[in-house]
Amino acid sequence: MGRIVLNRDKCKACYLCVDACPNKVLEVDKSVNALGYYPIKVNPDKTCIGCAMCARVCPDIAIEKVYR
Amino acid sequence: MEQLVYKKPDSIRDDFKITFCPGCDHGVAVKLVAEVLDELGVRENTIGIASVGCSVFSYDFFNVDIVEAPHGRSLAVATGVKRSKPDKVVFTYQGDGDLASIGIGETIHAMTRGEKVTAICINNTTYGMTGGQAGPTTLIGQVTTTTTKGRKVEISGYPLKVSEVLKEIDGTAFVARVTLDSPQAIMNAKKCIKKAFEAQLKGLGTGFVEILATCPTNWKMTPQEAHARVRGEMSEIFKPGIYKDKVSEAK
Repeated sequence: MGRIVLNRDKCKACYLCVDACPNKVLEVDKSVNALGYYPIKVNPDKTCIGCAMCARVCPDIAIEKVYR
Repeated sequence: MEQLVYKKPDSIRDDFKITFCPGCDHGVAVKLVAEVLDELGVRENTIGIASVGCSVFSYDFFNVDIVEAPHGRSLAVATGVKRSKPDKVVFTYQGDGDLASIGIGETIHAMTRGEKVTAICINNTTYGMTGGQAGPTTLIGQVTTTTTKGRKVEISGYPLKVSEVLKEIDGTAFVARVTLDSPQAIMNAKKCIKKAFEAQLKGLGTGFVEILATCPTNWKMTPQEAHARVRGEMSEIFKPGIYKDKVSEAK
């Protein structure tokens, strides 16, 4: 069981993390953030394994911490 | 018990503001350099040289001292910094329009002198900041704002393969070309960047890493399509790999 710390106001909606996540935990949020993008959000029904793939591919360092 | 497996590198400022376009590989490259500085434990002892281009805002993210160099002259400035402060770790963070176009003379001569610095070059086959003009690394047939019908060999020649040129120079200790199109490729890129810094720390010569990066805005693609282009037509012309590795030989 893992957990990510997401700063949704840093996300610029490239969705590279959505593709990188092996368990498809991340999905697109329906509300905009401070930058005006639709950021990602964590789907609470899916299990995060804490592999940190999303954090590695994030160009904007929106995923600041990953716990496992 | 929760265990921290990843966190923002300390070499990135706490009040960072990434100024790149959405999906741009620059952000990942900056992060990798910062992670390597953290792992080597040289953050407090590092001086970075920013260049002109999208990489111009390096001082906005790196938590190290940064000197801003004139266009293309980063490695000349790095030479001065390193020679006056030989105990410092000096790196340049440049784009291809900076390192391979206007600054190719400075680049080749700094490496011919075997300056003990590290150069990171982001190759996105275009001038990103100024609006997507053709650069020396633009692929044949690529449409840019200055090659509207695609780059033609008879008019603007062939793309410059920077790593292949620099590996022939005796002063370079590590030359590699990497991509950032998948988590695996990112990990590999980090290893290469680390070796480029080790080349400097061991006094073997110049460490150079060319990163094949995307420019989704000027390529007019989604970040996903841009990564597919890096994997496809870009990797065919600019072949990723380690071209020269004196660091492993010296071990």
